[in-house]
Amino acid sequence: MSNATLVSTTVNGDPVQFACPTDESLMTALRNRVGLTGVKEGCGTGDCGACTVTVDGSLVCSCLVLGVEAEGREVTTVEGLSQDGELHVLQQKFIDHAALQCGICTPGFLVAAKTLLDRNPNPNETEIRYALAGNLCRCTGYDKIVRAVQDAAKDMRKASKKRR
Amino acid sequence: MRVSLSSTFDLDGGLGGSVDMHAETIADIMATLIDRYPSFQQLLDRGVAVSINGQIYRDDWTQPIPADAQVFLIPRIEGG
Amino acid sequence: MGHEQKYVDKKYEVVGTRFNRPDGIDKVTGKARYGADASAPGQLVGRVLRSPHAHASIVKINTSKAEKLPGVKAIITSADLPDVTGGDQGLADILENCMARGRALYDGHAVAAVAAVDEQTAAQALKLIDVKYKKLPHVTDVDEAMCESAPVIHDRIITRGVEPKPTKPSNVAARTQMGHGDIEAGFAEADVVIEKSYKTEQTHQGYIEPHACLASVNPDGTAELWVTTQGHFVFRNVCASLLGLDIAKLKVTSSEIGGGFGGKTHVWVEPVALALSRKANRPVKLVMGRDEVFRATGPTSSTSIDVKMGAKKDGTITAAVAEMRYQGGAFPGNWAMLGCMTAFACYDIKNNQSIGWDVVVNRPKVAAYRAPSAPMAAFAVESTIDELAKEIGIAPIDMRLKNVAREGTLAPYGPTYGPIGIEHTLKAVKDHPHMRAKLKKNQGRGVACGFWFNIGGQTCTDLNISVDGTVNLTLGTVDVGGSRSSMAMIAAEELGIPYEQVRANIADTTSLGHNDMTEGSRGTFSSGMATIFAARDAISVLKQRAAKMWGITEEDVIWENGQALATGDSHSNLPPLSLKEIAAKSGRTGGPIAGHNEVVADGAGMGFASHICDVEVDPETGRSTIVRYTVVQDAGKAINPDYVEGQFQGGATQGIGWALNEEYIYGDDGCLQNAGFLDYRIPVCSDLPFIDTQILEVPNPLHPYGVRGVGETSIVPPLAAVGNAIANATGVRMTHAPMSPPRVLAGIDTLEHAS
Repeated sequence: MSNATLVSTTVNGDPVQFACPTDESLMTALRNRVGLTGVKEGCGTGDCGACTVTVDGSLVCSCLVLGVEAEGREVTTVEGLSQDGELHVLQQKFIDHAALQCGICTPGFLVAAKTLLDRNPNPNETEIRYALAGNLCRCTGYDKIVRAVQDAAKDMRKASKKRR
Repeated sequence: MRVSLSSTFDLDGGLGGSVDMHAETIADIMATLIDRYPSFQQLLDRGVAVSINGQIYRDDWTQPIPADAQVFLIPRIEGG
Repeated sequence: MGHEQKYVDKKYEVVGTRFNRPDGIDKVTGKARYGADASAPGQLVGRVLRSPHAHASIVKINTSKAEKLPGVKAIITSADLPDVTGGDQGLADILENCMARGRALYDGHAVAAVAAVDEQTAAQALKLIDVKYKKLPHVTDVDEAMCESAPVIHDRIITRGVEPKPTKPSNVAARTQMGHGDIEAGFAEADVVIEKSYKTEQTHQGYIEPHACLASVNPDGTAELWVTTQGHFVFRNVCASLLGLDIAKLKVTSSEIGGGFGGKTHVWVEPVALALSRKANRPVKLVMGRDEVFRATGPTSSTSIDVKMGAKKDGTITAAVAEMRYQGGAFPGNWAMLGCMTAFACYDIKNNQSIGWDVVVNRPKVAAYRAPSAPMAAFAVESTIDELAKEIGIAPIDMRLKNVAREGTLAPYGPTYGPIGIEHTLKAVKDHPHMRAKLKKNQGRGVACGFWFNIGGQTCTDLNISVDGTVNLTLGTVDVGGSRSSMAMIAAEELGIPYEQVRANIADTTSLGHNDMTEGSRGTFSSGMATIFAARDAISVLKQRAAKMWGITEEDVIWENGQALATGDSHSNLPPLSLKEIAAKSGRTGGPIAGHNEVVADGAGMGFASHICDVEVDPETGRSTIVRYTVVQDAGKAINPDYVEGQFQGGATQGIGWALNEEYIYGDDGCLQNAGFLDYRIPVCSDLPFIDTQILEVPNPLHPYGVRGVGETSIVPPLAAVGNAIANATGVRMTHAPMSPPRVLAGIDTLEHAS
């Protein structure tokens, strides 16, 4: 490994260090050096969204971000969605609604959908469809994915009302 | 019985057609055809399925053939 | 086999309800392991060098510089994959497709491969391999390839199916003909005759997961392969044959599969990875990039099709002829033949004839893509039927119903149909509220039908009952779209236990007998059948054990609702024994309790569907937007309706993508210009409405539950459904798919100029 740089970052809330070449993508670093293979490579050019993660809360294709750019940032992957042994509502709804067939695109969709609902707890169908338009799915025709996100949003709104 | 061939099959020059024979199973049909038309082996290698009364059988050559069944040989298909 | 395959009508407890899939949690948490997610101690990174030319002689490959690069452990060319196929031309073609042998046949054809310690080194090594090419004339268009003047790609190809046999080689591998009746008499009877020519462009299955594998070959000839595939047993047999390995010594494990749609029924990088590992004596992981997937793997055929159909004023179709030209890429296939078999299969047409031409061109070797070859034929035929209906002045749905195939109809490919569901789907379409939904300005509605075969094939399944009464169901058909849930449901149904008590797993090739691929809509049909039989096997063992526990004869034991009951007056005092109770004692009543079945699941049914599509066409840009879409399909019996709907919706969406956007674009140099998801645009979430579905159940007489395959048919009708909708919205009959904005706009312009 030539030109390796040591990167200190936070991944799914945990402090993480890895060394990677300066031209290595964050996707590759997360998969091969941090061991988070839930980050999927579908294209490597930012067109399919399978490698979607958040960096400091912003949605990115991790194949278009360099590993070294994670220095000092907070990265969240699909592996960070479930908390305290419980699935995130979105994860459960994707299973309940059969919103996945092969499942390779699912991690990217979940991260993108969570980011949408964090910002807009009550999106309409069009808003959901546009928020997820950067993620390709070849199996489902998106029907059950949109329904799962709608249902998750409903449950999350109910839960947040209860908390208030 | 009469065994009809899909017109995609060429046996000794002619396309399709039918062959009369005695056969109790699919294996009998195949054996008879190879016996009478050695070039049938090449068709078999490329893939042959047998339709018995409209049901398509690709693999099970032990399949018995009812006395007055409609028997049709068609190309063996694959899928996605 | 000893088990009854025939359909029996019965009430179900589990089958037909909706359960969550057993692999769901792994897949939503990122734990599921796909092709690229495995690693092995000491593993190397494999990379493939590909031809930048459409057609070229490989004069020399100099690997010496690359070999000297520190960290490079093996470099292979075709010399490292000697031909051991023993005269099997099909296998030899696969081998040559995996690695060019003296000649690169298409842009992206593999010419060499490297295994190195890391990604960077492997990439650098590829650049250091010096390949001297001599460019040869190329042809990528199917019609051009058939011309006398076209460069001949293979000297060995003499057209089959033509009399007299041609003396010269050409790019036409075969001519196929089928049909029945008297065509001329049929057209003489017709009041209206329509004749049209169509073109469809090449599309790719577009699975999101690129091909990936991890191969490890030992010097003693034992080997392991972890791979994303639709059929690991077939991959094992093919790879072993290509590399000269003993079949049983190659252990293949199928990873979770990130989409296949037919594209993962063929080997591409797997023999290369195995050969690299053999040479380096270390495990090699080989993952394709997306551009490699587009350039070198499984697209479907591009086609050129002429259709002529005649009908009487009352709508009866009297004659139909199709001449279809399909390119199979750089190697011969039988794709046109499949087009011939499906073209008129939805209809009862007294006089019909289909002629197919299988053609080779300088494009990647075509692979099956969901109901291979049927969508193009349906595009041409279903568009022509709408034109006929328009000319006669009859509603397209009524035209179809008037000519629909039924039980007893002579199929165009020869035999007579058994019970089939096409008429049911058309009637359901006619009654569907979608047909009465109001259309707005610039909107149009189209209907189209589709047919695809189902296949059965070899299947082998184990069912093992643990001492606590939980059940392991061990399957050999790869789960592509959620079949593990359906199989567990079937096992639960048969045994009479809750779904949650069954765990379904896909076994590796050393743990189970041979299973054919998950292809041809066969997974649920065939493994479902084997699961039923394996469970019935286990039940007979459970009954034996219960009889032993009670000390009565086996004949006095029946199995009901998950428990053994003693029958007969003398045993009425015996309390039932549950599966759990019997399992708990199994160690002392004869050992583990298991069921097993191996079967050739022949007798698969036919899959028929009718689709309704509403489209809005922007007259300024020619862009078409799907406003409403409904799929009606006969499933025989839907085991888990969630995943049946999923197949309907997914197939329809792939068809919509093909209809509106997706196409391979080749430059004059014969090179693919859009080898990425940015320029090869598959439908995204914002392109689509909800896809409505209606499942019909016309039982397949040769499956115990009446199951038909459902995976493929849904991709067949959309091209024509969209085309018919566009025609109704704009008055323009599109004959070239995809019906992309520039093509539709050109059509609108032509129409306006004409009026």
